[in-house]
Amino acid sequence: MTELKKIATRDGFGDEIVELGKENPNVLVLDIDIGKSCKTGAFHKALPDQYLNVGIAEQNGAGVAAGLATCGKIPFVVTYAAFGSMRICEMIRQEICYPNLNVKIACSHGGVTPANDGASHQAIEDMGILRTIPNMTVIMPADYNSTRKLVHQAGVTEGPMYLRFTRDAVPQIYGDDVEFTIGKAHQIQDGKDVAIIANGDTVRLAIEAAQVLEGKGLTARVLDMHTIKPLDVEAVTACVNDIEKIITVEDHNILNGLGSAVCEVVAEMGKGIVKRVGIQDRFGESAPYERLLAKNGITVENIVAIAEGMQK
Amino acid sequence: MKEVSIQELKNTATQMRMKVIDMIWKAQSGHPGGSLSAADFVTACYFKYMNVDPKDPRWADRDRMVLSKGHVCPIQYACLATVGFFPESDLDTLRKEGSKLQGHPSMTKCPGIDISTGSLGQGLACAAGMALAGKLDQKDYKVYCVVGDGEAQEGEIWEAANTAHKYQLDNLITFVDVNNLQLDGTCDEVMPNGDLGEKFKAFGWEVYYLDGHSMEEIVATLDRCMAAKNGKPKALIGKTVKGKGVSYMEDQVGWHGMAPNDEQYAQAMAELKAQLI
Repeated sequence: MTELKKIATRDGFGDEIVELGKENPNVLVLDIDIGKSCKTGAFHKALPDQYLNVGIAEQNGAGVAAGLATCGKIPFVVTYAAFGSMRICEMIRQEICYPNLNVKIACSHGGVTPANDGASHQAIEDMGILRTIPNMTVIMPADYNSTRKLVHQAGVTEGPMYLRFTRDAVPQIYGDDVEFTIGKAHQIQDGKDVAIIANGDTVRLAIEAAQVLEGKGLTARVLDMHTIKPLDVEAVTACVNDIEKIITVEDHNILNGLGSAVCEVVAEMGKGIVKRVGIQDRFGESAPYERLLAKNGITVENIVAIAEGMQK
Repeated sequence: MKEVSIQELKNTATQMRMKVIDMIWKAQSGHPGGSLSAADFVTACYFKYMNVDPKDPRWADRDRMVLSKGHVCPIQYACLATVGFFPESDLDTLRKEGSKLQGHPSMTKCPGIDISTGSLGQGLACAAGMALAGKLDQKDYKVYCVVGDGEAQEGEIWEAANTAHKYQLDNLITFVDVNNLQLDGTCDEVMPNGDLGEKFKAFGWEVYYLDGHSMEEIVATLDRCMAAKNGKPKALIGKTVKGKGVSYMEDQVGWHGMAPNDEQYAQAMAELKAQLI
């Protein structure tokens, strides 16, 4: 297996938001004092008139963004995933999603990627929580290039959105010529023995697992489900109809994230089987990122073992 | 700004109070106490100061009104209907299924509502965002915001106060409705606010103290706010009486969120009618 170049998806956000801001002067960055860490420095430098920083005051940041959006601005509220989802959950619900305003919550430090920071900074509940709010779109891109494509699309698409990026570097999967559509699964490869549906930093595990499975004579369909809401129901339905056996993989609690969203579709179909790989409903700790994943069974080996088990 | 006399504004405020009582009685649900305490300020805004176009509710250059204490929306609905944003007959649909007049204001349902509120503490930040957009776009509009004194116990109010100071939002005019009552009792009992004017001053705001029911003082203060393009957001600390204008509701915590019965309705309307000159 060739070693892929690694880069954090927060860098993809930081680079693409500059392009968006140059294209449309209504695009604003609203920082909450952690812009340096969330990679908005280049935007601040290039477009100072479109840059705001409201200090360490997340709730107010969400409200100010809502007010700006009512006046035609497209604010990207930038913070860490734990705070951009849970600290301001009710402001997102009341002032952004209920009035259906064009505010983007763009968060670094998704999942356990802020590994050494410990449980306080590891957001394992965020996507599930925000998925339950009407009007909200919830996205986690897999790598740098797909982040740029999806951030760009978010900037030119109306409506409230939550975008989640990695703190740590993750392997580059896609070239810069690959296209992505919000709400549409991206199929990386097709197969007939198992479907592996992943998103964010775990997509590369799905790809590697598929490669290992191939060596064992099994083929996998691998889907990058970057958008968990609106979920690409058609793609999930096709997995059930074509393959029946699905494994979901996510850097998120197994409750209410990608795996749950897929299960909701499959349960209503009355056929098919889903196995979920994700955080085992427990808080993290300060530890190397790969160790945190491994402790929760989010590994290539585990995905392969589950896929093999499903063949019996 | 419209040419309108103090006396006319006083009468209009009383008429708005009558509409508030009427719609809450018809709905048998709603918040009369706070609606009546904010009535004079909101009336002055809509009938003298605010530059709005009922035919184009989303007009980009309009002045904005944010009821951070969203539960007092009946007073805003009364003003919006009277100014012409929607037919007065719609006031009879308050809190009913399918109505544009939701229990707490919804900007997607009701023309003239500039932001959906209802969860306390959040409106001032939204108002600051609107005022900030005005500064970024070099527009002249003003943003009016009504904050309750009980509501000022929410931390987000003070986060927003910081933002308004940092970005020099002198186009943000906030009326703090100091009626000293909240749902569980007096503010002094539940959580003493101290001097809210001193607090806003400490956050860099320009502060005016006034009798929130004196149309003379409201107009004089708003005139001063219009003139003061000094980079400072404005806080109007209005001493008010919850339930103002209806004797049995005045300063009674029980009338925070209760509708009058038929007898009480008749008395309230008679009392208000007698206040018209």
